[in-house]
Amino acid sequence: MSPKNGSNSAAAVLEPAPAKTGKRFSLRLEYDSSRTRSPWWSPILSVILALLLCAIFIAANGMSPVTVYEKMFRGAFGTSYGFTETMVKAIPLLLCGLGIAVAYRISVWNIGAEGQLTVGAMAATAVTIYFPDLPSFWSITLMLLFGTAAGALWGLMTAIPRTHFGVNELITSLMLNYVALLALDYVVFGPWKDPKGFNFPGSPMFTAAQSLPVLGTTRLHIGLIFGLVAVVIYYLMVKFTRWGYELRLIGANPTAARYAGIHIKRHIIIVMLISGGLAGIAGMAEVSGVTHKLMQGISPGYGYTAIIVAWLAKLNPLGLIITSVLFGGLIVGGYSVQTIGLPSSISEMLQGSILFFLIAGDMIHRFRIRRSA
Amino acid sequence: MDFTTQLLIAAISAGTPLLLATLGGILNERAGIIQLGAEGLMLMGAVTTCIVYIRSGNLLLALLAAIAVTAVLGMVHSFLCVTLRANQTMSGLAMTLFGSGLSAYLGKSISGLPLPGTSPKLNLSWLNGIPVIGDIFGRMDYLTWFSLLLVLVLHLLIHHTSWGLHLRAVGDSPATADVMGIRVQLIRYSYVTAGAALIGLAGADMVLAYAPTWNEGLTAGRGWIAVGLVIFARWNPLRALFCAYFFGALDSLGFRIQLLGSVVPSYFLKMIPYIVTILVLMYLGYRNRNKPSGTPESLGTPYVREQRF
Repeated sequence: MSPKNGSNSAAAVLEPAPAKTGKRFSLRLEYDSSRTRSPWWSPILSVILALLLCAIFIAANGMSPVTVYEKMFRGAFGTSYGFTETMVKAIPLLLCGLGIAVAYRISVWNIGAEGQLTVGAMAATAVTIYFPDLPSFWSITLMLLFGTAAGALWGLMTAIPRTHFGVNELITSLMLNYVALLALDYVVFGPWKDPKGFNFPGSPMFTAAQSLPVLGTTRLHIGLIFGLVAVVIYYLMVKFTRWGYELRLIGANPTAARYAGIHIKRHIIIVMLISGGLAGIAGMAEVSGVTHKLMQGISPGYGYTAIIVAWLAKLNPLGLIITSVLFGGLIVGGYSVQTIGLPSSISEMLQGSILFFLIAGDMIHRFRIRRSA
Repeated sequence: MDFTTQLLIAAISAGTPLLLATLGGILNERAGIIQLGAEGLMLMGAVTTCIVYIRSGNLLLALLAAIAVTAVLGMVHSFLCVTLRANQTMSGLAMTLFGSGLSAYLGKSISGLPLPGTSPKLNLSWLNGIPVIGDIFGRMDYLTWFSLLLVLVLHLLIHHTSWGLHLRAVGDSPATADVMGIRVQLIRYSYVTAGAALIGLAGADMVLAYAPTWNEGLTAGRGWIAVGLVIFARWNPLRALFCAYFFGALDSLGFRIQLLGSVVPSYFLKMIPYIVTILVLMYLGYRNRNKPSGTPESLGTPYVREQRF
């Protein structure tokens, strides 16, 4: 086999062409490791293929996939109420997804956004409980600070075992999700339970001074601005600062980065602080802007959905905005199929299969079929 | 029965699904493929068992279905990771997300329905006379005995047969194995598929012996604990036995302490297994900081056969 097209990349043979007599041509799959940029259409194609795969399961359940998908789409984007709801769901996805993207850039696999979001929401609620009578500005600022700090601390608890003890951050961050959710259960059933809440597990309602401003009469709150500002800052930081340059260098080649004298451990800690902090802001925005109290299930898996949001966007800031709106729509659409008696877990199933097709598509693109004489 | 005996019985019962999933993970990772989809595979195994058992009433059929479904998912994982050389971390995460979504979707119709029966027990009544051993071993179910047998079989397979030598070679140095004429891709496919099926069986055991009805997300992170246990057990089946029972004991200890009238709220007791997983891994990392950890050396790196001229 000759080196292909004059490029000196290490094209490798997947299956060596068997030396068959009698056949003039044989097809051969060839792996081209230089093709690392996946095409722009691969996210779109993976969404379409995922819709087709899940259509099979929906049809097996005796429903028409077309009806179900139409219902989901109308529920999420068809009405102005649906659309603002989609945007409301997109806010935590954008913030968490951005945090995850920052960490994934240097191959730190944070899957703890769910827990980081939860502790952020708890810390913001703590402000309303321990400082109930602050004026609006100070109350919101303090909630934001506490939420970010709690999320960042939760991220740090993943980063330190990784950098100083060599523990896989996937396991740590996931274990901490369960710890955070149990802590949430404890406070909403225990010390922070609303005495006037008819025994319903949840904190007292926030006052108007503790709630984020909303747009007109909708539920869309100012957290959207937090998300967009964070995306812009992320873009500028990665593009134009030394820190961003080092981050890109580690992402491209960690070994070279280490030889260049870049302190990788420090970067891991920084990205986990940012990652956790952003998820913490998402948690603060959820309690202060949407639910106006702390309760069980404040996140329908935003932290996990954000993983796919980040990956589908190829860690690209503009892509993150698009994919978080899309997945916000998927969550809202998932709720709307409940009216025709289907479980909302359809949207989770779709999310998982989108990720499957996405990672497969990225790799299939690297193979080319060649015909050898 | 005294407290210790009860705790031992509970540890074995809670530890068996962990053990099966850890053994499955060991098979995967010995072949060099990371399996982070354990949580999703366990859920799929559990929901398949519940659906088939409730609909057909046949336990054996239910177990076979669980094995078949998760083996197919394992093949998907090996196709992505071995043939396409996709990111193994991402493929595992996709498996977990897809598994939890699909299991919730499929399980909706049978959610909360009781299973027709539990795992049948092997009645060794002649053991009943002996105080502690009789209580523990006298009425263990078939799946528990199977998991114990499997520990032995896998230990012998991995460390004392030529098949095991091939497996370890593929996990440590696929290039060398390839040169020696070992079929790297075939071995990776078979062990990843078999490992996934074992993890699925772990899910089946969870519903049969531990929580006899389907609830959404009933594994509650045990798949992930098993991923940690693989490291904790240093990819060794015999160690996996002790590690799984240790965590089984932790898991049930919280519940027992609560029964004894503890003042600590139950939420904190439920956190114990998760926090201990992190602490144990940190301790192991600290102790083995300058030593080989036992990780298969090519874990996580896809094998690319060099170009030949």
